[in-house]
Amino acid sequence: MASERDNDVKFLDIPSPPNVHGLDIGLKAKWGRGNQLYVFPSPSEATELVFELRRPQQQPQAQIHEVRWNTDMYSPITRKLVNESHNTFKALQKFGSEINETNRRTQLVKFSRRYRSVMKACVIDLQTSIDGTIDESEKQEFMGQVQLFEIIELIWSLCEILFIENLKGGAIMIHLLDWVKWHFTQPNELCQHALQEDNPENSSFYWDAIYSFVLQGRVGDARSLLALHSLKDTDTFTSIDELLRKMPIYADFSGLTLGEFDLKWRYWQEECARRLDDGDFGHQKNLETICKILCGEDQVFVDLCDLCQSWYQMVISKHLYTNPTVKAFDLQYHIQPCIDAFGGNSQLATLDNIIHAALEFDIHQVIKESSAQLSNWWFSAHITDLLHHAGQLDLQKLNFGSDLREFLLLEYSTSLMSHESLWQVGASYLNHCPEFGRAYLEHYVERIPLTTEKIAQKVLRLCEQQELYESARSICKVMGMKALQNGRLGSALSWCLKSKDSTFATYLSEKFLVEYTDRGDFSNLDIIDNLGPAMLLSNQLTFLGKYCEFHKMYADGDFKAAASLLLSLLTARLAPKSFWMVLLTDALPLLELDDVIFSSEQTYELMHILEEISLCDRLENVQAANDYKETEDNKSDSKNKAKLEVEKEKVELLKIGLARNLARAIVVEGNVQT
Amino acid sequence: MFLTQELILASSSSGNVSVYRHTCNQNLQKVEMEILWQGLHQNQGTPCSCTCITSRNNEIVSVGEDGRINVLDMNKNQPIRTIDKADSSTTNAVKFLKQCEIITVNSCGQLKTWDLRQHTNEPAKIFLLTGEQVPLNCVDKHPHQPHIVASGGQDGMLSIWDMRQERLPVTLLDAHSSDTWEVKFHESRPDNIFTCSEDGAVWHWNGSSMSSQPGKANVSNVLPLTSQHEESTASPWLASDASKHRIDITDLIPGNIMSVNSLDIENNTFLCGSDAEAVYIVSNLTIW
Repeated sequence: MASERDNDVKFLDIPSPPNVHGLDIGLKAKWGRGNQLYVFPSPSEATELVFELRRPQQQPQAQIHEVRWNTDMYSPITRKLVNESHNTFKALQKFGSEINETNRRTQLVKFSRRYRSVMKACVIDLQTSIDGTIDESEKQEFMGQVQLFEIIELIWSLCEILFIENLKGGAIMIHLLDWVKWHFTQPNELCQHALQEDNPENSSFYWDAIYSFVLQGRVGDARSLLALHSLKDTDTFTSIDELLRKMPIYADFSGLTLGEFDLKWRYWQEECARRLDDGDFGHQKNLETICKILCGEDQVFVDLCDLCQSWYQMVISKHLYTNPTVKAFDLQYHIQPCIDAFGGNSQLATLDNIIHAALEFDIHQVIKESSAQLSNWWFSAHITDLLHHAGQLDLQKLNFGSDLREFLLLEYSTSLMSHESLWQVGASYLNHCPEFGRAYLEHYVERIPLTTEKIAQKVLRLCEQQELYESARSICKVMGMKALQNGRLGSALSWCLKSKDSTFATYLSEKFLVEYTDRGDFSNLDIIDNLGPAMLLSNQLTFLGKYCEFHKMYADGDFKAAASLLLSLLTARLAPKSFWMVLLTDALPLLELDDVIFSSEQTYELMHILEEISLCDRLENVQAANDYKETEDNKSDSKNKAKLEVEKEKVELLKIGLARNLARAIVVEGNVQT
Repeated sequence: MFLTQELILASSSSGNVSVYRHTCNQNLQKVEMEILWQGLHQNQGTPCSCTCITSRNNEIVSVGEDGRINVLDMNKNQPIRTIDKADSSTTNAVKFLKQCEIITVNSCGQLKTWDLRQHTNEPAKIFLLTGEQVPLNCVDKHPHQPHIVASGGQDGMLSIWDMRQERLPVTLLDAHSSDTWEVKFHESRPDNIFTCSEDGAVWHWNGSSMSSQPGKANVSNVLPLTSQHEESTASPWLASDASKHRIDITDLIPGNIMSVNSLDIENNTFLCGSDAEAVYIVSNLTIW
C-alpha cells in the first residue's frame, strides 16, 4: 500500500492449510530476488529432536510462501511511471557525464520538469482510474497513491525552486508564489462559491476569497473580486484598489535592479501604512484587514491563519509583504513564528517536516525524512541523483559502504527486482552504481526465473553487456540441464555449445551414442551434422560429429573416404571402447564390397583392434564365469548366453571378412607393384 | 495477428494458441476468446512456450520451444497435423512461403522449408551458414518474390537468402549490436525492410536507392550468382551493393534504450512494442 511507513514492527500472517500443523514447528526463509523472501515450515535443530517421534504420522505438507514487500510500484499505472522515469534517469546520466558548464542549470531544470510531468501524468491516470472503478478497496488504494504522488510532487517542485534553479533574490518569491498558486487552489474554490450567489458581496466566502488572493499575492484576482462590490466606487474602495494596483511586483525583465525595486517597494509599503494610520479604512473593517496585510503586520497573519491553510504558505505570504527580495537562504527566518501560529512543533506531520528541512536548506534532512516516511524509494532515489548532478549534494561515505546516492539507487532497484518484467529496469539502475552495482547484479541475475528461452536470451545479453561471464555460463548450463530434463537433447547440446562446457558436452555425446545403439539411428541429426568447429569442445563430441559424417559419406556412396574416416576414428582412439564393436560392425559391409576399400595396412589395423576387443571380452567372460559360480541367476544367465552367442557370431563374421579383404588387398597391391 | 477483420490469432508462452473475436459495438470494444487449442507445445507434459504462429487462408501453423510444428484448422479441436521432431532446438519463427509450404528458423542458425503436402516428417530443404551456430530469431518472406527470404539473428545480423540457390545466405548485413527480434518486408513496397533489436534500435532499411539492374549483380559476399538466372525484376536485396553499405537506414525511434521486441508495418504506419511496456506508433512514414 502506498502509505507512510509505520515505525512499528510489521507482522504478516502466513496462512497454513487446515489440519496441518506445519508452521507450528518453525519457520525458515531463503532470499529470493531483492525484495522477496521464500518462507517455508521447517523445524530448527532443537525442535527436530522433539518431533523425532511424531514425524511419521504428522508429515507437514510443506508449502512455500512467497513474501514480497515494497511492491507498490507494481500496479500498471505506476509501472508507467517507473518506465518513463527510467528514460529520464538514463538521459540524465548521459548528460551528467558531459561536463559542459554552460546551460547546465537550464538542462537540469528541464530534467526536473520531465520527472514532474511524469508524476503529474501518473496522478491523472490514477484519478481516471478512481472514477472508473466501483470497487471500494481499489478506490481507496488509488486515492492513497494519488495522495502520495501529490505530496511527492509538491516536495519535488519546492526542491526544484530552492536547490536546482539558481535564482537570485527577487525571483525566488515569484517562483514560490507560482508554487503556492498551482498547488493550493483553495482561493479559487472560495471565489467560485462566492460567485455562485446572486449577491457575491454578501456571501460568507466573499471576503475570505479576497483575503486568500491577497495572501497569495494574486492582486489582480483580488481586484476583480473587489470590483463586484456594490460600494466599489466609494473612496475607501478606490483607495484600496489603487494600493493593490500599484503594488510593485518583481520581474526579471523590468530593467530594475534589485536595489531599485526594493526602494520602490518600500515607498509603496510606506504609502499603505500611511493610509492605514490616517484611518482611511476606518469604516470598512474588511478593507482595513487587507491594508494590514499589505503592510505586513504580524498579527493579521496570525488572525488569518486558517486561510493560509498551512504554515509554509504563511511563511511565503509573510515574506511577500515584509521582504519580497528575500534570498532563498533567508526564507527560514519566519518559519518558527508561523509554525507556532499553527500549533507549534508538536503538530508537525511528515510533510511539514520535509518542507521545513527544505526551507532550511538541509538537503540531507529532506532526503532522510522522505526515505524514512514514504513507502517507496522512487522519490528519494531520483531526487538525490538529480541533486547530485546539480552539485548540491555533498556525497559522504555512509557507514554501510557506499555513498548516499548509491545506497538509494541500490534500494530502489532492489524493490523492482522481484517483478516479472521490471527487473530489466532495476538492472539498468544497478549499472549506475559504481561500487556495489555489479555485485548486486551478479546475485540477482542468478535468481531470475528463466521460464522461456526468450527471457534466458535477454538475461544472457545483460550478462554479456556487463561482462558477467561466469553468470552467463551458469545460465547456459541451467538451460541446458532443463532441456535435458525435458528430453530435448538437441536443445541441450546447443546450450552446452554456447557455454563451452566440455564436461557437459561429453555427457551429452554419451547420451546420443546410447540412443544410437538403442535405436539404430540418430535423433537430432540436423544439429550433429552441422556442428562445425564447435565439435572440438570435447573428444566425445568430436567422435559423435565425425561418426555422423561417416554415415553421411556412406549414404552418399563415398566409400573410400568413409573407410579412412572410420579407421582414423578407431586408431586415434577417439571412440569409446564400448563403441569399437559397433564401428567394426559398420566396417563389415565395406569389407564385403566388390572393390577393395581397405588396403592391407588398414586391414592389419582392423584386425589388431578386433584382437584387442576379443581379449577384453575373454577377460570379461572369465570374470563373469567366476561371478556366476557365486550367484545363481538363471534368467540373466540365459540372456548373457544369448548375448555372448551374438557377439561370437559377429566376431566370426568380422574375422572372415577381414581375412578375405586382406587376401584381396594383398593381391591388388601385389599387382600394382608389378 | 489478425486472421480476418474480426478474428485475432494469439499464441502464448504457456503453449496454447487461441483465437479471439474482436467486436466493436458503437463505442464498446470487446475481445472474447473463441477457440482455444491447449497444450499444443509441451515437453513431456510440461508446457513450454509457443514462439510463433502464422496463417494463410484457413490454415494456421504454430511452432514452439519443443521443436514441434502444429498445423491447425479453425474448425477442428485438435491439430490436423503435428510434426513432432521438426527441430532439435527451439524453433523461433515460421512463415508461409506459398500455399502448403512453410519456412522455419531455429536456434542453431538453420532455415528449413517444409512442404505440408508431403507426408514425410523431414524438411524439404535446410539452409544454414556453415560453421556458425548463431540462433536465428525471425524470418520474413518477400511479398512478391517468394524465393527471397530475410532472417535476423542473435548477433544482430540481417541475412537475405535465395531459396533457389544452395544452402548459404546470399547477403549478410551486419546490422544491430544485439539480437534482432523481428524483421519485416513492407507489403506493397518490398524494397523497404524493417528490423528491431534488443539494443532498442528500430531501423527502416531503404533499399530502393540501390541499382537493381540484371546482369550487373554477379558477385555477392558469399556465393556467386549466375547471371543467366537473373530476372529483370531482380530485387535490390540480392545485389552486391547491399553489402557495400549503400542502403539508407533510418532510426525510427532515436534515443530508445529498452529492447524492442516486435514490430509491424502497414502502409505508412509503423507500430512496435518495447520492453519499457510501451507501444510506439510512428505514422506518416515515407516509403519509397
